[in-house]
Amino acid sequence: MNTSFIARNPSVLVFLALLALFTLVVTVLSEGFGIGFISTSFVKTLGKTLCLCLVAVAMDLIWGYTGILSLGHFAFFGLGGYMVGMWLMFERTRQIVVNSLSDGVLPPTPEEIKAAIGNQIFGVVGSSEFPLIWAFADSIVLQLAFVVLVPGLLAFVFGWLAFRSRVTGVYLSILTQAMTLGLALYLFQNASGLRGNNGLSGLQNLPGVTAPQATVSLWFFWASAAALGAGYLLVAWVVSGKFGSVIRGIRDNEARVRFLGYSVESYKLAVFTLTACIAGIAGALYYPQAGIINPAEVAPIASIYLAVWVAIGGRGRLYGAVIGTAFVSLVSSWFTGGQAPDINLGFYTVKWVDWWLILLGLSFVLVTLYAPRGMSGIIDLMTRKKGEDR
Amino acid sequence: MRSLLEVSGVTVSFDGFRAINNLSFQIGSAEMRAVIGPNGAGKTTFMDIVTGKTRPDEGRITWGDKSISLIGMSEAKIVQAGIGRKFQKPTVFEDQTVQENLLMALRKDRGPLRVLFYRPAKRDLARVDELADEIGLTDALLRLSGELSHGQKQWLEIGMLLAQDPQLLLVDEPAAGMTPAEREKTTSILVEAAKTRAVVVVEHDMEFVRRLNCKVTVLHEGAVLAEGSLDHVTKNQDVIDVYLGR
Repeated sequence: MNTSFIARNPSVLVFLALLALFTLVVTVLSEGFGIGFISTSFVKTLGKTLCLCLVAVAMDLIWGYTGILSLGHFAFFGLGGYMVGMWLMFERTRQIVVNSLSDGVLPPTPEEIKAAIGNQIFGVVGSSEFPLIWAFADSIVLQLAFVVLVPGLLAFVFGWLAFRSRVTGVYLSILTQAMTLGLALYLFQNASGLRGNNGLSGLQNLPGVTAPQATVSLWFFWASAAALGAGYLLVAWVVSGKFGSVIRGIRDNEARVRFLGYSVESYKLAVFTLTACIAGIAGALYYPQAGIINPAEVAPIASIYLAVWVAIGGRGRLYGAVIGTAFVSLVSSWFTGGQAPDINLGFYTVKWVDWWLILLGLSFVLVTLYAPRGMSGIIDLMTRKKGEDR
Repeated sequence: MRSLLEVSGVTVSFDGFRAINNLSFQIGSAEMRAVIGPNGAGKTTFMDIVTGKTRPDEGRITWGDKSISLIGMSEAKIVQAGIGRKFQKPTVFEDQTVQENLLMALRKDRGPLRVLFYRPAKRDLARVDELADEIGLTDALLRLSGELSHGQKQWLEIGMLLAQDPQLLLVDEPAAGMTPAEREKTTSILVEAAKTRAVVVVEHDMEFVRRLNCKVTVLHEGAVLAEGSLDHVTKNQDVIDVYLGR
């Protein structure tokens, strides 16, 4: 117990080494810095996948380790995306507006610039006024702080209300679904101030950066890999010591932990808030690579997918969450992207775009019933490791 | 002798059924007490009330030198105040080692932040070894507690109680499902513990109570029916009628 954290958790080191190797290989094969074997759009897909893996690590902490099946973590993921998206959209629009107004005889006044930006951004929802929530959109520092603070605050308030009332199990899952649905419905309104169902777009263009997308995509890929590495390390450390003992105790027998003198609610709240912050960071890195964010991203189904990825990968093991998410989301985009060959049975053609969801649902049911350790159970078998990753 | 825990005039009803009816009970600071009574006498409800799991409708519960009221305190706060409880069914964290179980129970700061940065000091590990020795699990320290036998789990749970260093131990049927040899060991662990703190044992098994050799409180229909030595209460006609006579 007195050896260092890494020495006790060799799997963390293995994971970080593999992640670094993967990052290097993709960079060498990329268009931006390498031989061009991997297209820029696929680099973006891989970068986005790393972000999904990061939110899955957070999901594993709250579900796999603490036993709280949150079906609302994509709300925090989406909020992170919105926060960074506001700055990206504002700043880029400002630069375009300033450029076009500078052709005039008189230099434009700050009021004119502001009105023109407002018109550009909010024209689609029939408005040109800046809503109050855009008050700090010109400050990248503040908006980046909001990436962590806004999801964290929402999680803290929601968690405080829910855990204090001792809402547990399936009831809590339903509440988290209601939260993310509520957020989606709110964002869908034009009056929400975040452009309703249009969402925020053009996020792949970094203001003031002239580098081509092939290069920018790699910057984000590296940032996503670094964030996943750091997040993995943080969560692995959190679950390694006595804190990990307590939250696993909460998962297995909440009442018993309470009678050991631990305030179960405080622990749940701490984990819920921490994982929401991690989800916010993951979202803030994801959406500039996706280029667009709209309210459909925080629809209830997104958070359910997250739980499916973690379950298929194997919960209670951080690498399981990463493996499951990477595998399922990449295979999913292969099937739904129309790249998978249809199977002609003569009387019926199996179109994977339609049948993929059924395949995914079926594998979720089978994993839950017959392989509760998921894909990482295979690794356990190979390394003959008993019990959980500690 | 000043009492450590004082329960007076406590009443609890569930849907009109009076589980505890004007119950009064005291225990001193280094005393062993056995609580016996037929099923439904309110033994477990009594423990629920003291540990904050159930809130009484009426009555007072005061604790310690300063006579603070336990009513309305959260379970975790009551434990931190010095009341430990062992449940009837052994509930240890089966996914974790004996050492992890004991470390979690050790009397330390329980706030999330302090626990997050906590790393066991030499002194803590020494205390865990000492406890493991007391409960006879030294060789099993690094085993998952789920692999232990039923009796060993019971002891581990008692060890976790002792690790909390409570002033009052509430123990619900500690000998249930144990072999005679295991019972003997359990008896000696409890008698040892009662030298420095109060121990309340709820038990069905008369033979086990006799071995504890302590004052006995008989509960019936949520109130105290008789109190005294085992010989004294077993001669009491009311006790014979409601409990022993059946």
